[in-house]
Amino acid sequence: MNRQRVFLVTGLLITLVLAGFVSTFASSSPDGLEKVAEDQGFAGTARKHPLAGSPVEGYAVAGVDDEHLSGALAGVIGVGATLALGGGLFLVLRRRP
Amino acid sequence: MHVPDGFINAPVSIAAGAIAVAGIGLCLRGARRELDDRTAPLAGLVAAFVFAGQMLNFPVAAGTSGHLLGGALAAVLVGPATGSLCVAVVLFVQVFFADGGMTALGINVTVMALVGVWTAHLVVRALLAVLPRGRTTVVAASAAGALASVLAAAMAFTAFFALGGVADVPIGAVAAAMGSVHALIGVGEALITAATVMSVISVRPDLVHAYRGGDPERLEIHVAPTTA
Repeated sequence: MNRQRVFLVTGLLITLVLAGFVSTFASSSPDGLEKVAEDQGFAGTARKHPLAGSPVEGYAVAGVDDEHLSGALAGVIGVGATLALGGGLFLVLRRRP
Repeated sequence: MHVPDGFINAPVSIAAGAIAVAGIGLCLRGARRELDDRTAPLAGLVAAFVFAGQMLNFPVAAGTSGHLLGGALAAVLVGPATGSLCVAVVLFVQVFFADGGMTALGINVTVMALVGVWTAHLVVRALLAVLPRGRTTVVAASAAGALASVLAAAMAFTAFFALGGVADVPIGAVAAAMGSVHALIGVGEALITAATVMSVISVRPDLVHAYRGGDPERLEIHVAPTTA
């Protein structure tokens, strides 16, 4: 493998470990905006998400009972989808010699 | 900082959608100059990494967490236009995870993919212009850009809330609360961004857009190890 490929494969493996393993230890406290919305009393104005009920809603894969496994799978699916969409877009946009 | 549907009224959400479309359109043009056979795969990886980073909520204060926004990281590694596209792709994918609203996508893209990324880029570029050249400078500038990008994104949300917030809440209180909590989150953003840029620059300095000075033709110049 050339240097470029080694770098990309290493980076992708690190990314998959972060999304598929480390993420299951992430804090579940509300994030900055959610906390401000609660404290300032406008959290209630949030509407139900139109894709609530999606198979990966809330970074959990529907039908997978184990909480950690479900979150890990959702992370890996998200990384895969982002890589496919982003990578495809950037390959189309790139300058060709 | 993902804005759900309902916080901001329809007219302001539509206006933000128009800003997002125009901004992303400009970035699609600008990204052509930043992307070639070597940087395009890296940009895909950066988008995937930002998705992963946004899942990693870290605690910042009592009962509050924050996560990487990734705008500064993307701007430094692959350039601001491509960086905006990276974050926008992440925000788009996240809608399917019900993270960030659908009608609020324009607000989220404007706040995080445009304001966040370009604030970081401008701060980094200004610092690199006045500080001595070197890897340490790029890492330090990335950290400063990261902190600035989170604060700017928090203020951009506050501006949209002032214009079209559905709830009748004193805007000064929202601005103060957003600013203070995101100052803390911004420190986390700065640490993660600096650590990641330092890792990449130590093995492949030639792949770091900000270190190359943003000139794709200079891709080969810094391949050999240089002292920071």
